[in-house]
Amino acid sequence: MSGAHTTSSGSGTLHVHHHFDSAEQQYQSSKLGLWLFLVTEVLLFGGLFVAYIIFRVLYPDAFHEAHVFLDKVMGTTNTVVLITSSFTMAMAVRATKMSNRAQANLCLIITLLCGAAFMVIKGFEYSHKFHEGLLPGGLFTNTEIHAPAAKLFFSLYFMMTGLHGIHVLCGMALITWVLVRNMKGQFDAEYYTPVELTGIYWHLVDLIWIYLFPLFYLIG
Amino acid sequence: MDAHVSTGNYLTQSHGWKSWLFTLDHKRIGVMYFFTTMLFFAIGGLFALSVRLELLTPGQTIMSMENYNKAFTLHGAIMVFMFIIPSIPAALGNFFLPMQIGAKDVAFPRLNLFSYYLLLIGAAMAIIAIIQGGVDTGWTFYTPLSIRTAAPVVWVAGGVFIMGFSSILTGLNFIVTTHKLRAPGMTFHRLPLFIWAIYATAIIQVLATPVIGITVALLIAERVFKIGFFNPEYGGDPVLFQHFFWFYSHPAVYIMILPGMGIISEVIAVFSRKHIFGYKAVAYSSLAIAFISFLVWGHHMFVSGQSELASKIFSWITMFVAVPTAIKVVNWAATLYRGSIDYKTPMLYALAFLFLFTIGGLTGLFLAALSVDVHLTDTYFVVAHFHYVMMGGTVMGLLAGIHYWWPKMFGRMYPETPARISCALIFVGFNTTFLPQFWLGHLGMPRRYWDYLPQFTFLNQVSTFGSWMIGAGMLLMFIYLLWSLKNGAKASANPWGGKTLEWQTSSPPPEFNFDYAPVITEGPYEYGVKSHEEARVGS
Repeated sequence: MSGAHTTSSGSGTLHVHHHFDSAEQQYQSSKLGLWLFLVTEVLLFGGLFVAYIIFRVLYPDAFHEAHVFLDKVMGTTNTVVLITSSFTMAMAVRATKMSNRAQANLCLIITLLCGAAFMVIKGFEYSHKFHEGLLPGGLFTNTEIHAPAAKLFFSLYFMMTGLHGIHVLCGMALITWVLVRNMKGQFDAEYYTPVELTGIYWHLVDLIWIYLFPLFYLIG
Repeated sequence: MDAHVSTGNYLTQSHGWKSWLFTLDHKRIGVMYFFTTMLFFAIGGLFALSVRLELLTPGQTIMSMENYNKAFTLHGAIMVFMFIIPSIPAALGNFFLPMQIGAKDVAFPRLNLFSYYLLLIGAAMAIIAIIQGGVDTGWTFYTPLSIRTAAPVVWVAGGVFIMGFSSILTGLNFIVTTHKLRAPGMTFHRLPLFIWAIYATAIIQVLATPVIGITVALLIAERVFKIGFFNPEYGGDPVLFQHFFWFYSHPAVYIMILPGMGIISEVIAVFSRKHIFGYKAVAYSSLAIAFISFLVWGHHMFVSGQSELASKIFSWITMFVAVPTAIKVVNWAATLYRGSIDYKTPMLYALAFLFLFTIGGLTGLFLAALSVDVHLTDTYFVVAHFHYVMMGGTVMGLLAGIHYWWPKMFGRMYPETPARISCALIFVGFNTTFLPQFWLGHLGMPRRYWDYLPQFTFLNQVSTFGSWMIGAGMLLMFIYLLWSLKNGAKASANPWGGKTLEWQTSSPPPEFNFDYAPVITEGPYEYGVKSHEEARVGS
């Protein structure tokens, strides 16, 4: 738990802002704020999931025909990559709580690399789709697929994985920022709020992919 | 907690534009929001005057059909997204939420400043759209027109997206502030009703606004990448857009009205010198309204082609929102009963609210009734209904709050006589403008039409004349309020005898709100309660 004083011997930079009575109050407020933000993220993606459900119910054959064009191997690899990154992120938070700066740095770097790997694999997938003309709605030019509503499948695919990818990039930016601050010695057992909050955000980004993966790649 | 001894007040403690643009003080941020949203109100109002001027005569009066479509679209979009949704929460809520709970600031001051800049950026995007010729889709951006029109929809949609985030982050900030920063003794059941209202509003902001975010994102993707969700050519459905849009925009109207209702609770109590009748009922009714608001969006879509069953269910559930709403109105009336009424301007606006909002609310029942709505939908009846609740409701609440809190915010009294004249002009003008519109709608005049049948001319002219009265009243108000900033009588700490915490500190407040940390020992409206007269602020 965050203490109510700044330590003189420790290297962290706990600063209780003037409008808070204690470090604990500040910490709990930050956590509540982040969880509320996650609720808004769920509702943002929620609209897209609703669209997915509606169009899937309307055009099951088109979805079936279209989904085989997604690369299950790449998708599965990405899933493993993200789950691993969630694990290393949790390890980073744990290391910070134990004031183990070096281990936290290592775990954060691995998390970043996993995120980068995810985006690279995504990049390969997307460029393959562009190549095959498997594009959203009005840009669709592929001739192998016959169901007209397959265009909607790829619209959903790009919108949802695209928005998710933007969130992966934002998460990577946050992790980089936390890594830099950790290297400067700003976090320790007494003050680790940004690390923990970034971790919680990253877990949500992972969780959203856990839903996207089966919905697009697996169920036929 | 330590005692803060501050120099001067929050307005004078630092100078220069940087001390404003980079401030983290919730009071300064509230003031910046206040002037910004009032500017947008004036711009939206000018568009309204132009719309009404066009409708002074049948056929073309001052503008073409195409420009008329743009004028009413911009009136609606500016009023909804740039004025009425942000104004009370971000201006008055920002200023008074921390003060009324005994805190020094909101939970996240930097996020607060960021929210303000998001509003400015979103507004700038909307202004770019205006410069590029404006948008003609109506503020509701229904597909397929919003996909096909050449108008700069992407700029407006993008602006709405950014402003939506401003709203979300404000709501998030307020929820955390209310939960975590209350002073000792400030239990939930001792919170002023304005806080309950702002809190319920914040919940809606956080839950509903992301949905308009994804909706406008999809609209932009539709125009740029032709994703096809709303386009039947690709298997999509234009009515899906309406579902997405109204899932936010119905709760949004409660974002608009709840803060106004919160102000009415404050003003009626103080200017009746009486506790609010049924405090808990009024408090929890705010939460009930917030909850029910998410369940009724389909009542905007009775003629869209949605199933009869869906329409029946939405109609039935919509009736229920009248219950907590009526609870509030009845409790306010009961508060007035045997109160010691002081007819100062805030109270005049509160009384106007009671009358006008009741009309607005009752006419909502006509529209909620499925069979009647089929006749009245997209007519002027709807226009009159929502102006009665949004302007006769929220704006009257805002004006009550502005006058009530003006002395606290700026340390000056507004001049009472011009204020009463302005109030009378606005009240009479408002009814003159909008009462005829119920009749016009009942007779069948459609909304968003540039032209009308000759037999509708007289009522339209009465309505336009009313709009000039409103304009005059508002202009007078802007003038005397600005005048009072330098020339108004200096205000004492508590000119109205209020019992909520903001009145226990100087007018204007010091930088950190209170010179001594408050300790709360009683509820917010304990008039005539003998034991706790002076003991509200402990040290």
